[in-house]
Amino acid sequence: MSDLYKVSSSPHVRAKDSTSKIMLWVIIALLPASFFGIYNFGLRALLLILVTVGTCVVSEWIFNKIVHKKNTIGDLSAVVTGLLLALNLPVSLPIWEAVIGGVFAIIIVKMLFGGLGQNFMNPALGARCFLLIAFAADMTNFACDTYSGATPLALMKNNAATEGVALMDGVNSFDMLIGNTAGTIGETSAVAIIIGAIILILAGVINLRIPGSYIVSFAVFMMIFSEGGFFSAGGFDSNYLVAQLCGGGLMLGAFFMATDYVTSPITPAGQIVFGICCGVLTGLFRCFGANAEGVSFAIILSNILVPIIEKATVPRAFGVVKEAKKHE
Amino acid sequence: MNKNVERLYNGIIKENPTFVLMLGMCPTLAVTSSAINGLGMGLSTTVVLICSNLLISLFRKVIPDKVRMPAYIVIVASLVTVVEFLMKAYLQSLSNALGVYIPLIVVNCIILGRAESYASKNPPIPSIFDGIGMGLGFTCGLTIIGLIREILGAGTIFDQPVLVNIGFTPITIFIMAPGAFLVLAFLVAGMNIVRKKMENRGTPLAKPSGCISGDCANCGMSASCTGKAVAVEEPKADVTAEKPQN
Repeated sequence: MSDLYKVSSSPHVRAKDSTSKIMLWVIIALLPASFFGIYNFGLRALLLILVTVGTCVVSEWIFNKIVHKKNTIGDLSAVVTGLLLALNLPVSLPIWEAVIGGVFAIIIVKMLFGGLGQNFMNPALGARCFLLIAFAADMTNFACDTYSGATPLALMKNNAATEGVALMDGVNSFDMLIGNTAGTIGETSAVAIIIGAIILILAGVINLRIPGSYIVSFAVFMMIFSEGGFFSAGGFDSNYLVAQLCGGGLMLGAFFMATDYVTSPITPAGQIVFGICCGVLTGLFRCFGANAEGVSFAIILSNILVPIIEKATVPRAFGVVKEAKKHE
Repeated sequence: MNKNVERLYNGIIKENPTFVLMLGMCPTLAVTSSAINGLGMGLSTTVVLICSNLLISLFRKVIPDKVRMPAYIVIVASLVTVVEFLMKAYLQSLSNALGVYIPLIVVNCIILGRAESYASKNPPIPSIFDGIGMGLGFTCGLTIIGLIREILGAGTIFDQPVLVNIGFTPITIFIMAPGAFLVLAFLVAGMNIVRKKMENRGTPLAKPSGCISGDCANCGMSASCTGKAVAVEEPKADVTAEKPQN
């Protein structure tokens, strides 16, 4: 009771949340997808995860030492970045390239812009895109002990471009839901990712505004414009839509990367606009782009739009009357 | 220090156009995908810069102040055309690699900047040395950037395979546009560290002196300028002196 008499300035009631606590929830939520990746792709996936997490933490520690800043690895954000980065890499990627990715994510995308809270794009995604451009061949080589050949998304894109081949030839959308397909370590299993997402939502770390509007707008876009949409030659194909939703990094991106606190809008209306931006861009890249996948570039581009979105969606402050339109 | 030597030092180190003045960024970022391209671009700019500084310095008393910019452009454009035709005749492959950036030397900030801030106010000989210094500074900057990008992005040095032989996977992003920005940023940061260290040691690498336009808002140098060197010697006296003749 004596606490109530303490004289201090507002705020008087504080939530018990802290950065490290939220980051811990994200790590817990990523565990199902990580375990499935290790189960699916073997111990090399575990090695890659450990390497990127280690690189991220160590490079943040070294950077803080060099610039004489307070050590910030305790907030666990570097661990989350490393884990997310690893889940976005193909299992066959050479270790030294993963190390470069981790260093790039922390030093260049995060710390050089001022550390956690100042970075304008998601560090893990920034590093993934860097690696994708830098080592295009290694980053799109999904052949490993378990699977050989292309990812389902690339297969569908190829089928659509080849005459006389059915759109869904060689693609099993149920396998994609469970995750028994080629792909990056963490993106294959939609089920594991959704289990993680439910943990995050129940813990109150994220809400459904961004992932919901992202996935819905993407689905609508695909129904209209894609090869399996309502206006395509073959007519609407629900299997194709499910495969597009479960394939690639869409689920991982929508629940874990688009919802990054630092690089998404804080206004509720802005979050929905942001989700729609991500969805439409992802659809554009997948339907009309040269690559089969476009989630990471879509989220990064939307990250850059965030300041504009926030400016346009400032909520009305309590008690302020909207300025009436002037009549001529 | 001898004035001419001072000009060389000024151009290559003190006011290096690439790393200190941050002038001519367009070719710096666009053509440095390999060391040979950077060297070629730097040297062709140097040739144009030396000749234009000489000519502008010779004509500095004839060119009316009000039309000095068009006059400079005509001089620079003629020189660039000569260089362009020479390169097309004798250095076909380099000319193809540099493409439109050779004609674009006409509007290179370094050349117009030196014409405005140095050649138009100084006698021919120091102007030539100013051109050599600035040109070599630019060439060094471009070649260093090109060298780093080529080693990392293609694993070669001046088209000679070096790192590729020992199993190095080229980091392709470095010979693409983002690589140019990354390399330039790190080199400028390194240069700033050196400057700061020298300042702390009590032997400062002098701040850029002289003012290019007198207009700080639109000046490329304003980031590194102390703000004290604003040209107060706008040649108003000359304008009034010329009026009777008109």
